[in-house]
Parts: sequence; C-alpha cells; structure tokens
Amino acid sequence: MSQELLSAMRQSIMDGAPATSAELARQALGDGIMPLEAINSGYVPGMHAVGEQFAKGQMFLPDMLASAEAMRAAMAVLDPELKKLGSERPVAGTVVLGTTQGDIHEIGKSLVGTLLSAHGFRVYDLGVDVSGEKFAAKALEFGADIVGVSALLTTTMRNQKTVIEALEKSGLRAKVKVMVGGAPVTRRWAEEIGADGYAKDAMSAVELARNLMEQKRHLAPLGELR
Amino acid sequence: MRPKLELLDRTLMERILREAFQLLESPGVRLAPYVFELLATAGARLENGVAHIPEKLARRALASAPHEFFLYDRGGRPAVHYGADDVHFDPGSSCLNILDSETQQARPAQSADLIRLVQVAEMLPQYAAQSTAVVCNDVPQEIGDWYRLLLVLWYSEKPVVTGAFSGSSLKTMIDLLVEESGSERALGQRPRAIFDVCPSPPLNWSEFASHNIVDLARAGIPAEIVSMPLAGGTAPVTLAGAVVQHAAECLSGITIHQLAQPGAPIVWGGAPAIFDMRAGTTPMGAIETAMLDLACCQVGKYLNLPTHGYLVASDAKQLDAQAGMESGISALLGALAGINMISGAGMLDFLACHSVEKLVIDAEAIASAQRLVRGIEPRTESLALSMFAQAGLQGDFLRLKETRMLFRSEQHFPSSVIERGRPALEGYPADMIGRARARVEELISGYQRPLIQSAHENAVLQFAEHEARRAGLDTLPGLTGVAAVK
Repeated sequence: MSQELLSAMRQSIMDGAPATSAELARQALGDGIMPLEAINSGYVPGMHAVGEQFAKGQMFLPDMLASAEAMRAAMAVLDPELKKLGSERPVAGTVVLGTTQGDIHEIGKSLVGTLLSAHGFRVYDLGVDVSGEKFAAKALEFGADIVGVSALLTTTMRNQKTVIEALEKSGLRAKVKVMVGGAPVTRRWAEEIGADGYAKDAMSAVELARNLMEQKRHLAPLGELR
Repeated sequence: MRPKLELLDRTLMERILREAFQLLESPGVRLAPYVFELLATAGARLENGVAHIPEKLARRALASAPHEFFLYDRGGRPAVHYGADDVHFDPGSSCLNILDSETQQARPAQSADLIRLVQVAEMLPQYAAQSTAVVCNDVPQEIGDWYRLLLVLWYSEKPVVTGAFSGSSLKTMIDLLVEESGSERALGQRPRAIFDVCPSPPLNWSEFASHNIVDLARAGIPAEIVSMPLAGGTAPVTLAGAVVQHAAECLSGITIHQLAQPGAPIVWGGAPAIFDMRAGTTPMGAIETAMLDLACCQVGKYLNLPTHGYLVASDAKQLDAQAGMESGISALLGALAGINMISGAGMLDFLACHSVEKLVIDAEAIASAQRLVRGIEPRTESLALSMFAQAGLQGDFLRLKETRMLFRSEQHFPSSVIERGRPALEGYPADMIGRARARVEELISGYQRPLIQSAHENAVLQFAEHEARRAGLDTLPGLTGVAAVK
C-alpha cells in the first residue's frame, strides 16, 4: 500500500474532510487494499495526531468533531467490506453512555461519544435524562465494558451515584467500569461515589476509557471473582 | 461597528482648544535660545526667553503637519500606521529597574534584561513596535541612549519607539540609524524609529528638548511629543485644565517642529497623569490618568493628527491583582479611544520598574482590547436563522460547518498565561506569575534573531565599536562574541 495514500488518509482525518476520507477509502478498496490495513495504517494515525494536537492546544473542538466525522465517513465505506470478508475492526471496548436522570444536557456527552467512536470504541448513546435502572439494563443488553455518566448540574450530579447503585443492584458492577464527567464533576466526587474514573474533557475521556479497558483486561479474573 | 469611546463633547473640545491657543499667546512658552530665531522670524514675540505664539502661526503649523505616516521594519516594510483610529502597542520606555524574574524583586536593569524584553516583545504580535525599554546599568551613562537603541536594532526587526536624553546623544542615535538604513535619504524615506520629545510642564521647552525637536524635524525622523502635565502638581488640578495645558504644549511643539521642517512627521502624544494629593506620586494606573490620556488623544484626533498615549502601566510594585486590573483597564480604554501608539506595557511602580513577565501578561490584556475594537460583525447572511435551521432545538451548534469556519475569527484564544481550563495547560504552574514565567521562557527559547540580514549590519557594528571605544569600553555588553568585519 503506497505511503502516499496512507499519508493522504491521515491528512483527510486531520483536515476533517469527510468527502476526501470516504473517497480515499473507496480508492483503497479499488486498489485491492485490505480494509483493516487502511484503517490501522491510514485513518487511525490521523485520529491519534488530532488527539495530540488538541492536547497541545493546536486544534480545537470543532476541528476534532470534523475529524471524527471524517473517520465515520471512511468507516462507512470500509465497514461493509470488512463484514464481507468476515472480519471487523477490533473494538477498543463497548461503552454505554448517557446523561443522568433529570438532566437534559447533551453536548458534552455526545462529544465524548463521537470521540470514543472515532477511536474505535463501540458506543451506545442512551441520550439524556437516563435513569440508573436504564443504564444498568442497557449495560447488560449490550455487554458494556464501560458505563459513562454525564451531568451538567450540581443537582443532577448526585444521580451519577444512583447509576452506580443500580449497577450494583443488578449484579453488574464488577463487570463494568464506570466513568463520570461534566462541568461540576471532580476527581474527588468520582472517588466519593465509587466511580472508576473521571475525565475533565472529551479527549481525556478517550484516554480514560483506554486506561479502564487496560485495567479491565488485567483485572478480569479478579473482577469475575468479586 | 467599531466601538469607540470619547470623553469630550464638541463644546468642551472647542473651549479646550480656545484656551490652549490663548495660553500660547499668554503666558506664552519658555524656550531655549536654539529656537528663538526660528520663532521670531515666523512672527512670534520673544521676551525674556518666552515666546508668545499667535494662534495664526500655530494654525499654520497644524496645516503643514502630516495627518498620517508609517514606521517601517528592518526589511523596509510599513509596519506601524500612525493615523486614523489604528491602534498599536509598545512596551514602556527608559525604565531604571527590572523586576528580577527569579526573585520578583526590583533591581537595576542590565543590557541582558533589555535583550530579554526585546526578544519577548519580538515574539508577541500584540506589540507592533519595540521600545528602548530600560536603561542598561552596565553601560556608561554617557552612551546609554544610543547603546539601548543599538541593542534593540540588533535583536529586533520591528519599528522602535525611542528617545534621547541629550542633544549630543540624539546626534549619535541618528548617525546609528543612518548606518542601519544605509543613507540619510533612506532613513528619511523609511524611518524605523520614532523619538519621544518631552516638554517640561508647564509650557517649557528645555535646551535639549528644543534641540531635539528641531533636529528630528530636519532629519525627517518622526517625533512624538510626550507632554506630561501633572494635574494638581505641574498643571491645573482639573482634568479639563490639564488637557488644555497638554494641548498648548503639543501646539507649541508642533509650531517649532513645523517651522524647522514643514511636513515632517509629528505625533500628538503624552504621558499625562494626576498628582496624588496623599502620596505626592504620579499614579499611571489611576483612572483619571487614563481619562487624561483619552481626552488629550481626542483633541489630537480633532485636529486630525497622529496620536500617542501612555497606558497599560501600573503603580503596583509586584505582579499582583492591582497590576492586572490597572493595566487591563487602561489597555481597553486606550484601544477604545483609537490611540495610534500606546506605550507603557510591562511597567510597574510609577514607571520605575519593568517586568518581562508583566509584558506577557499585558499582551493578553492588549489582545482582549484588540478583539474588543474589532467589534461585533454580521459574518453570515442570516445571523442565527440558518444555523438554527440546521441545529434545531437539539442545539448541537458545535458540529455546524459555520462553527468550524468562523470560531477562529469570532474568538480570541489567549496564551497559556490565561487559565481557561484547557488540557494544554496541564503541567503549567497554577499561579499567574508562574505561568507568565513559563511563557517568557517559551518565547525566548523560540526566538531567533531576525534573519533579514541588513546590508548595513557590519557598518552598524563598526560604528558601535568605535563609539564604545571612545567611551572607554573594550567590549559591547549584550553583543559579546559579535565583532565587526574590519
């Protein structure tokens, strides 16, 4: 596979250019390139570069969302081909995501979902005003590795704890990691309610999700026993 | 619409000018003998060293003074426009002390400090011009004026706001600029430096100030009148009265200047202040001082002249909340008034102390002021409707193409000095001084001496070595290791 094409794929993600990224994906398939190779060597490095530039303050939220959209457009072309070949892109983890009960704020949670998807997570976005019971039921239904609970208000932040309680009640707590976020949420609050992690922004949520998956892999036998 | 702030209505403006012209006639203006003949020949009455200048003569000078001009950078490109409502900032000038970066205590400034200030100002787009910011205490006083200019010319390519403290050093400074430009003609055509000239309040042009304003006019080098009435001290206590005095001092300076060389570039400028009646100090951060600057500038604009003011300075001795508050407020006010060149950033303690950390903090206030004067513009065909048509009540505006296309022009993004909670600031100190210190080091580590090699650089060095030897120096502080090709 030509370095030139890989480099163009990476650049299309960095430019946040969905039409270009999709076209390059079609071109790669036409050239007989394996979809997984295009993903791992072309598009994924683009998302990594975007994350790095965002962390340095050289890229901004709208740029990052456009990059995620470019990633989605490329995957829309490549995914069906992967399926035809009987394979699929390795999933970084399964995340059930939502805004806590009583809270209708969407944007932060959606941003996290978009970035998680772009970084290879399978995301089930439950929307806003989601009860603890629904989080637990959907975590079970989708086999979630991680449950992400967002809250924008100090009043609704308390309901993050009810999600953890619901997961405990349904016997899922040992199997899923819980990450919390939102404007009023702090690391101390996350510890206080027994969450596994706190992310202060969307990009650090991706990093946190990766770390939680790593922990989960290492602690799986213990988790099963718990 | 560009937001604009004016403090004087037309009636008050005309009263100010009427009284200013009257002051020129009586009591008149004290002058040095150097300019007696110039004034007398033109029709001013001279009596005991005082010139009584008729309004008609001053108005003739106003008519020949240019409404605008440019300062040029080292490469000969126009870089600062003096005129209209264009606003530029430069660091404060001629400070004796520096706030030590490590100890945050004031100490006498050295040439190394000036170089750090120049390097930081060079890297910050908020500063359109450099200034000869500090007096270098490791350089003999008699060559201090031109030596400061030498260091700024050497380490920067931006225009320079400078000044001379004696007639003889002005000549050396002009010679230095001629060496840098290649010829007197080239210097006159594309001047890189502007010189502050200061009348002594009230209404007094000292021996060297008289020399300087005439010699600058004849050399075609821009001059900036820095009139400094102290309301209640060396000027009437009322702000309106002090503005009258400022106007009279500027009018007298312009008259001398334009008589020496009609059409030479001149700026209606100043560093007015109130005189603090409790402490006997001249607070540069006082709101009334800023009001004086704004009103004085408004008078200059009314006369269609380029303008200058002294703002963005604080009287705090440390980089504290007072320093931030006073500097930020006056940066905003100066920009709203459309003052062409605003000097004073980086300065503390009644202009006695410079701080490179303050220079980077002030740059943030200046950037905010620059954003403010750009105002609110309709950038899309419908202001909000088409964006709502896409985002609906779900309101996910973050994903709209308009957001990505326009957020950079709508929002100013401050540097790491300002806490905005972004991830890039992780690892930065939690306090502003710490962040400012880190920013200074970042800027200096990214600094490179301008690559545009002036064809006359070697001539500048030879000139400097010659002048330094005459003053008994066998090295050039701040230029160690640099030697002219003989």
